[in-house]
Amino acid sequence: MIQYILRRVLSSLPVLLGILFFTFALARLLPGDPCRAVLGERATDQVCDAFIKRYGLDQSIPVQFSIYLKDVLSGDLGNSLRQARPATEILIERLPVTIELAFLAMLFATLVGVPLGIISAYWHNSGVDVSTMIGANIGVSTPVFVLGLLLEYTFAVLLKDTFLWLPPSGRLSSGVELPFLAETWQLENLTGFSARLLEFLSRLYIFNSLVTANWKALGDVIRHMLLPAIAVGTIPLAIVARMTRSSLLDVLGLDYIRTAHAKGLEKRAVVLRHGLRNALLPVITIIGLSLGGLLSGAVLTETVFNLPGVGRTLFEAITARDYTVVQAFTLVIAVVFLSVNLIVDVMYAFLDPRIRLS
Amino acid sequence: MQKTESVSLEEALDREPIYVAPTKLRETIRSLRHHRSAMVGFTLLVILTAVAILAPVLSKYDPTKPLIGIEDVKKRAPPCIHALGCPADQPEHYFGTDGNVRDEFTRVLHGARLSLIIGFTTVTFAIIVGTLLGLMAGFSGGWVDNGIMRVMDVLLAFPSLLLAIAIVTVLGPGLINALLAIGIVSIPVYARVVRASVLVVKEMDFVAASRAMGASKFHLMLRRILPNSLTPIIVAGTLGVATAILDAAALSFLGLGAQPPTPEWGLMVGQEYKNIFNAPHLTFFPGLALMLTVLAFNLLGDGLRDALDPRLSHIRT
Repeated sequence: MIQYILRRVLSSLPVLLGILFFTFALARLLPGDPCRAVLGERATDQVCDAFIKRYGLDQSIPVQFSIYLKDVLSGDLGNSLRQARPATEILIERLPVTIELAFLAMLFATLVGVPLGIISAYWHNSGVDVSTMIGANIGVSTPVFVLGLLLEYTFAVLLKDTFLWLPPSGRLSSGVELPFLAETWQLENLTGFSARLLEFLSRLYIFNSLVTANWKALGDVIRHMLLPAIAVGTIPLAIVARMTRSSLLDVLGLDYIRTAHAKGLEKRAVVLRHGLRNALLPVITIIGLSLGGLLSGAVLTETVFNLPGVGRTLFEAITARDYTVVQAFTLVIAVVFLSVNLIVDVMYAFLDPRIRLS
Repeated sequence: MQKTESVSLEEALDREPIYVAPTKLRETIRSLRHHRSAMVGFTLLVILTAVAILAPVLSKYDPTKPLIGIEDVKKRAPPCIHALGCPADQPEHYFGTDGNVRDEFTRVLHGARLSLIIGFTTVTFAIIVGTLLGLMAGFSGGWVDNGIMRVMDVLLAFPSLLLAIAIVTVLGPGLINALLAIGIVSIPVYARVVRASVLVVKEMDFVAASRAMGASKFHLMLRRILPNSLTPIIVAGTLGVATAILDAAALSFLGLGAQPPTPEWGLMVGQEYKNIFNAPHLTFFPGLALMLTVLAFNLLGDGLRDALDPRLSHIRT
């Protein structure tokens, strides 16, 4: 197993290097003069020469790439051109929103998708099955931003004054307070990495309200995140439901299932205890692979629901031509995506010995 | 003597195409006709194509010209259909009007043209480039294969929409650049699909026979191997049109794709989404049109996959 993990990690190193080169190239390929993009149109040639020298832009491309690699490896993702502060600082602020959104969306997709798939396979070709699959087809075909907007309209406008009303934007209602953990635990004098980590955890509102037992805030945060999570989670939900159904149907056609039936076991026991365990393997892969779509969906959903997450920040940075932020965020997203794929592969190999032995 | 024999064999192989023999085509059409969801997708697609072609006939309005001074109608007016009780003295607008006082119905109709063109052009581009790369990688093997496929791995390491956004940032916003970006992002899918089937096909006896008869590399690649790798490309391509339309709409929604006043569905939603609370129809109708178009390609793609080769079920996900 360890050998398999090592092999898998090693094989993703070239891809990681490729990603780094891509983000490096991205900043170099952008139209316009980098000096004037940073310092403004009125920067003199003299100032620009100094700038170019300082950032090593007069060096050869391989040297520039090695400088970039060194910076990234030491955790320096550059300074935002517009906000005059490190890109990592912005990342710590924005990443928690997207993590929370992705987590809730995945939870929604799995908790609803897997049972729907099982029900569909259990009553194969019945009305339930057909309508679930029609729903799944509509689900994968609906653009995330349209779904988000329609949910917003339905729950914030049409269901206004009912108990189903949900807030259309933001993360917390005004008046609901959720102090940072450093404040709650009186650790304000922390500095460096631990302070950053604590800030990051504080901004994970669900985590923060859970550990500080702030139930009022927890309820409010979840109410705010429900609609965005449903919007982002619907496509993965449809994919998970289809995958569970087809995988379970495949397994139910195997000989050992017939044996289980022949032993006189009840249908429910055969499907749930014998079939499901083997059918869930490909579903796990799909859940992991959906993350890419989820991150793409996050850009759109965060725009629709006005959430200050990674996706919206990336988009704002692009429109504001804040190239270092674009570079930093693209890199982080690609690395997260790559790591999740790696974890999924390893998990899969752990669950299915045939893979690690082949 | 030997030579004439080999040529005639070669000719015989040419005369009898290995792929999509008439019976296979007929078989495919027959099984598609029995596939309920494929027929729904196909019907939707026929309607969409008809709408796209007949858009100027189906509506008397101009999709880009505001109605100010032409008709007495307010901006973002809700739908008005006389048959459903809208007063007869008000001008009829099936889907209402948008923020620039244009007939939304006309814009949605004309959007069908654009969406179909977007879907087909990007996928055609991606298929051509991806197929060439996949053929080269699969056929040559060695460092060519390794080089091409590692680049494809890097492209696949980014969520597709985010990669497209990054490429548009470099190229600058606009419909053509957005299409190019989506095309580039979709290349790896086809390269992988083609490479996988090339690896299988190139080991088959008829390829070895052709090679033994002295066929050139190009002949082997284009006449022997490629036709036998077409099935997965057709399936992936049909499903790819759906993804391309969704991604293009998303880019336009963000303002990076089609530019105003183009009647592009994603852009139409993007321009009006802040008015969702007072003019939901401006999100609903373009959104519905998008959903139906994507649904049509998804259903047809699934059906084609089942009809052509059930073993390809992995392509979907």
